[in-house]
Amino acid sequence: MGIVLDNLSKIENLPGGGIALATSDSLINWARTSSVWPLTFGLACCAIEMMAAYASRFDFERMGVFPRPTPRQADVMFVAGTVAKKMADPIIRIYKQMPEPKFVIAMGGCANCGGPFYDSYSVVKGVDKIIPVDVYLPGCPPRPEALMYAVIKLQEKMKKMTVKGGHGATPLQAAGSRKLV
Amino acid sequence: MTQETPAALKTDQMFINFGPQHPSTHGVLRIALTVEGEVVIKGDPDVGFLHRGMEKLFEARTYPQALVLTDRLDYTSAMHNNLAYCLAVERLAGIQVPPRAQYIRVLVAELNRIASHLVFFGTFGVDMGAFTPFLYAFREREMILDLFEMLCGGRLLYSYLRIGGVSADLPAGWTEKCREFVNFFKPMLGDYDTLLSGNPIFQSRTKGVGFISAEKAVAWGLSGPALRGSGVNYDVRKADPYCVYDKLNFTVPLGTNGDCFDRYYCRMREMGQSAEIVLQCLDALSGAEPTPGEVIAKGVPKMFKPAAAQAYSHVEASRGDLGFFAVSDGGLNPYRMHVRGPSFINVAILQEILVGCKIADVVAILGSLDIVLGEVDR
Ligand code: SF4
Repeated sequence: MGIVLDNLSKIENLPGGGIALATSDSLINWARTSSVWPLTFGLACCAIEMMAAYASRFDFERMGVFPRPTPRQADVMFVAGTVAKKMADPIIRIYKQMPEPKFVIAMGGCANCGGPFYDSYSVVKGVDKIIPVDVYLPGCPPRPEALMYAVIKLQEKMKKMTVKGGHGATPLQAAGSRKLV
Repeated sequence: MTQETPAALKTDQMFINFGPQHPSTHGVLRIALTVEGEVVIKGDPDVGFLHRGMEKLFEARTYPQALVLTDRLDYTSAMHNNLAYCLAVERLAGIQVPPRAQYIRVLVAELNRIASHLVFFGTFGVDMGAFTPFLYAFREREMILDLFEMLCGGRLLYSYLRIGGVSADLPAGWTEKCREFVNFFKPMLGDYDTLLSGNPIFQSRTKGVGFISAEKAVAWGLSGPALRGSGVNYDVRKADPYCVYDKLNFTVPLGTNGDCFDRYYCRMREMGQSAEIVLQCLDALSGAEPTPGEVIAKGVPKMFKPAAAQAYSHVEASRGDLGFFAVSDGGLNPYRMHVRGPSFINVAILQEILVGCKIADVVAILGSLDIVLGEVDR
């Protein structure tokens, strides 16, 4: 419980110990922010930097980021690379398979806006054209540290989430703007 | 490796989509598998999920601008792409590269080969269910990336090689650091053998799996370790030497059986040879002979118009014979730039060798070909 107590902002220790009171938001958000499980899913060059982030020097797992090979177990999708038009459909499908609440980090110039392929006939100019994006991470490729920073930014966003209003969704989701057409 | 299912055990045929989102396809390859029980009866690779229209984009960039795109072909060995592209454009425009730059080019290309094979070693281990080698491989790879970062600031995509030479001379202290790395790295190859190559589980998953005969390898146009694993002695560095490879002393490791293990082990031994080449280049660069500082041909303008002509150059990249075919119509941009990507040609053989193997072997065979989808789809 030590870690929990240290990290929960809205927590009260009752005299005598053994019982602690916290808002459900802070408890759920604490759990959510400390186990951000991304989908093992790479598209292009940026995916190599994503792999480097999981490997020895950067050790993403110490932040609770532990890759899952199936969308059913994933919380966040790193769109690491160029989204070609042929790949757009599978990406939407994978996104739909992820359970709520789900998040997307667009990693690299390509996923943000097309990057070096801004004038290509076969590239989707930004993954936000097909799925909602929570964090945009610039760079070509972004360094692994930058990817960690993006996850920290996402955690900050998660901490603001509230369970009131339905399904523990992000404010955007609750407002219905994240609905896919 | 054809295994007959006993008639009594005949099951229904099943269609399986392997990819495009699958941790073992190393990117966005899709293989349409038809299986009967455990046995694959048909496997068709479906490429194009990363098609970025690269060859068309070359036509919309000037020659120096297009260099940046070449990095993004085979992104784990960007130096080789830079090199092949620069050689083709230099041949087209008749540019002479100073000797020092040639040594540096070979030096960084071989370092990049080690880095790229380390990615292969790590991910192939993960494919076969061994996670630990991945951590070792990436530890050493980070050291190479540090060296590259000192050179040009990039970790993955460098654009360090320029038309006419390289962008800058080796910075102070770089040679020592590089030597330190090579001395650290060479004994590590032995560790890798104990970690993975000698592992009985790993061996039983790779030995005798995905057999490619020498004739078949040649007929399908394979190149690189995928070809040499079958015992065919073809390496562009020896067969058609470029830069200073004819002055360097190295051997080309060959396999005998043409199975997954031999292809894997070819790459492992190639890393040792690359380390030797790196040392030889460092020795050559430490003297006063190739004049320090002279690393780019004089008078190559920012924009230039080669005379209408065509030129082809190829190099031995980490995955095989990588070629660039440049056509100029006398304008600022290439009229046509064709890329002969080894991964694209190597992936084609899957449709033949997957037939008759077990489902679990698909991952081993695909991993042993070591394709990079950026180059397959372009
Ligand atoms: S942003 Fe750059 S590094 Fe990332 S996928 Fe695109 S081209 Fe590759």
